[in-house]
Amino acid sequence: ENSQEVPARGCCQDEIKPSATKSGCCQDNSDGKFDSKGIYELIRNIMDPEHPLTLEALNVVNEADVKVYNEREVMVLFTPTIPHCSMATMIGLAIRVRLLRTLPPTFKVTVRISPGTHVSEHPINKQLADKERVAAAMENRNLLAVIEQCLTFEE
Amino acid sequence: MGRLEGSHILHGHKGRVWNVAWHPEGHLLASCGEDKTIRIWGRDGQKWVCKTCLSDGHSRTIRAVSWSACGKFLASASFDGTTSVWTYTKGDYDCIMSLEGHENEVKSSAWSHSGQYFATCGRDKTVWVWEVAEDNEYECAAVLFNHAQDVKKVAWQPGRDILASCSYDDSIKMFREDGTEWVQCANLTSHTSTVWSIAFNGSGDRMASSSDDLTVKIWQEYPPGNAQGIETPDNIPAWKCVCTLSGYHSRTVYDISWCPLSGRIATACGDDKIRVFQESPESDHDAPTFELEGTADGHTQDVNAVAWNPKEVGLLASASDDGTVRLWCAK
Repeated sequence: ENSQEVPARGCCQDEIKPSATKSGCCQDNSDGKFDSKGIYELIRNIMDPEHPLTLEALNVVNEADVKVYNEREVMVLFTPTIPHCSMATMIGLAIRVRLLRTLPPTFKVTVRISPGTHVSEHPINKQLADKERVAAAMENRNLLAVIEQCLTFEE
Repeated sequence: MGRLEGSHILHGHKGRVWNVAWHPEGHLLASCGEDKTIRIWGRDGQKWVCKTCLSDGHSRTIRAVSWSACGKFLASASFDGTTSVWTYTKGDYDCIMSLEGHENEVKSSAWSHSGQYFATCGRDKTVWVWEVAEDNEYECAAVLFNHAQDVKKVAWQPGRDILASCSYDDSIKMFREDGTEWVQCANLTSHTSTVWSIAFNGSGDRMASSSDDLTVKIWQEYPPGNAQGIETPDNIPAWKCVCTLSGYHSRTVYDISWCPLSGRIATACGDDKIRVFQESPESDHDAPTFELEGTADGHTQDVNAVAWNPKEVGLLASASDDGTVRLWCAK
């Protein structure tokens, strides 16, 4: 359990390594810069935790809600399918984890709910912004297994 | 105008480094992180080297380390729900105690300056006060349920057995012993988001706090009968926010350290920077002003912790998501 050698942080650094997401790891586009289109490509195929559909197919994410600032800050807004969606935190986590694994580690990633689209918007945003909670969640095997499921898709 | 110069970069941790803590004598620095190890660094000539790596204490991320005031003990708080106490004997660090009780992640621990008490806090929203007996037995003296959300950090007031804690519920609370009970004696609610860290000044009459609301606040203690006429109900000292530093930090301020020697305040920020503030020479005691003395770039990712060396003026340690521990000199 208590392994002494822990993989280096950056890309693909979690204990359970997803084979499907590994191939796109840390690859910039040709000029070495990420734009909103490139970042949208990284998240549009994330699977919904409950339905056999992608976040793009469910209109949970769209390219217009991905913004890149100063070449290293990215803000993603996502829209839960219904205002009471119980999976909103999980979807936000999946987006965050996908970006933490694929973008260079110097990127600042913010993932939030589109304003006014969920009843628990503020608490969920606060939770997604707390990197200590995100780190702890990623060490929770059950939670991580659900996230991995969402992130298992063809590039 | 002061400057903060990078003096050493300490490599060794794999992944995020969460915390650093100086030994009270200032000659050793402990660090910990997501690689589940504690590293203890010391001087070797002009260099700083890793003297010891403790890798068998915890099964998950080690969030924080702290030394006892006597310097004999080191505590590590982990996401695995336990707090370990280590001591140096016969050339090696031994884990002499594993404190259990928290339901899940432990986020911080601290010894009182008297050495009589030890405190831990965690995601289960509780603060635990432990009484330390002479034979190194730790007995739970209180479990405090006052916070509404996870508790990020605990710190003891210098000179007195008063405990402060800060939380995801945006508040800072203080506790004191009343007979056999531990009771809340202050509830500071001026921050508008998670309070990540708190630090007392050397004399203990001021405290600084750092928050996700991008501000730093300075709090001042007003004892009963204070000349300013601040009310102190039940003869319990009142704490007031006397200064808010806003506009300096562009992301969450994860940690804060108040140098007992120079009075400087250092902050660790999610914008990868370390900032050093100093009280202005013409500052009013009851409405103090602080100036930004210097900013240090160097870390390439979030800075999670800062700590002033307790013996060497101007020596600052920091820990970052970039996997390094760095030492800086404030000139």
